[in-house]
Amino acid sequence: MASKPNYARIGDQVFRDVEKINAELFTLTYGAIVAQLLKDFEDVEEVNNQLEKMGYNIGLRLIEEFLARSNVPRCSDFKDTAEVISKVGFKMFLGINATVTNWDPKKPEFSLVLEENPLIDFVEVPEQYQSLVYSNILCGVIRGALEMVQMSVECRFVRDVLKGDDASELKVTLKAMLEEEVPVGED
Amino acid sequence: MNSHLSVAQSAMKNSGSYSSLEQLAAKASFSEKRPQKPLPILSRPIPKGKSEVSLSAFSFLFSEFIQYSLAKVNNITELEKRLSDCGYNIGVRMLELITYREKNYKRETKLINMLTFISYTVWRILFSKQADLLEKSTDQDDEYMISENQSLPITKFISTPREYSGLNCASFVAGIVEGILDAAEFGARVSAHSMPLEGQKQMKTVILIKFNPDVIARSNLTA
Repeated sequence: MASKPNYARIGDQVFRDVEKINAELFTLTYGAIVAQLLKDFEDVEEVNNQLEKMGYNIGLRLIEEFLARSNVPRCSDFKDTAEVISKVGFKMFLGINATVTNWDPKKPEFSLVLEENPLIDFVEVPEQYQSLVYSNILCGVIRGALEMVQMSVECRFVRDVLKGDDASELKVTLKAMLEEEVPVGED
Repeated sequence: MNSHLSVAQSAMKNSGSYSSLEQLAAKASFSEKRPQKPLPILSRPIPKGKSEVSLSAFSFLFSEFIQYSLAKVNNITELEKRLSDCGYNIGVRMLELITYREKNYKRETKLINMLTFISYTVWRILFSKQADLLEKSTDQDDEYMISENQSLPITKFISTPREYSGLNCASFVAGIVEGILDAAEFGARVSAHSMPLEGQKQMKTVILIKFNPDVIARSNLTA
């Protein structure tokens, strides 16, 4: 039985090789996008949904780049998926380390704890937008990316630094494994 | 109160690590844990600004934003305006940050120094390279151009379809420059254009800066 590849090392290596850009430009751009969404939609819940949808679209395409660059072998189970997302995925795109906690095999679900989050540097959410899930785009990205590898998941924030917690935590629950659809005409 | 103190002292001995008095009191008392109020944003230290994210993360985000804006606008000019407005807010904030970090809060007062600041320092921080060319227009007194021989790193992955051929996503960068100039009291109209390089098929990106008349008048006075 081959030993499990060292995901942390793979993540570091890929992040070293990709082209990088100033994180603050990224942070400020995201902030401008959220501000624009808040201006366009009156309702904060609608903004949350919109962020998640944008993240979903990103995730659909992000998974291809992820697989192409990281060359990670097929995950053996959902727990493996969690490790890959946290050690390779987050490292490769955002340069941050995420940790997997609260692995529950029954549902199955896991939590990703983010100590640092480049999206929220410099950000403070004012009183009237307290129900805004600022980093909701990340939930969408995970949902979209996993859907392209035949997993239907539900992803939401349970702890948020912007709301006063000490770290951000995303809970990812596997709802169903999707069947690969054979295109019509092929047999 | 005394009993609380003695319990707190023994807790400190047991934990072995330094904790603030507030945390000790929270440990010693049996009431509910008080949620820690986060430090208000203006009291937090400014980060060093050395962190990086992958270019693809930014490109994905940028492309999503453009697609979202496409659904909301009717023509190319509006889209470019939206991108430019987005960049404007960023530029204003970047000026503060960069001035604080790089120049110890010294303000630029001369026009040409300001432009050099943008094309060298700001470009270096945003795109890890300096702008290829900064030139003054020969026929107009108030126009300057910052050119990039290849497309900017953030627009590298954007290909515009034929029906949007007039669109230039570098309007985003133009917005950043406009925000910086405005916040530094050098009001200008900034726009982005693509022009073919002489003799080559590649397009170069030109950020055209047209200063307001009062800025030019001021710089002529102080020159």
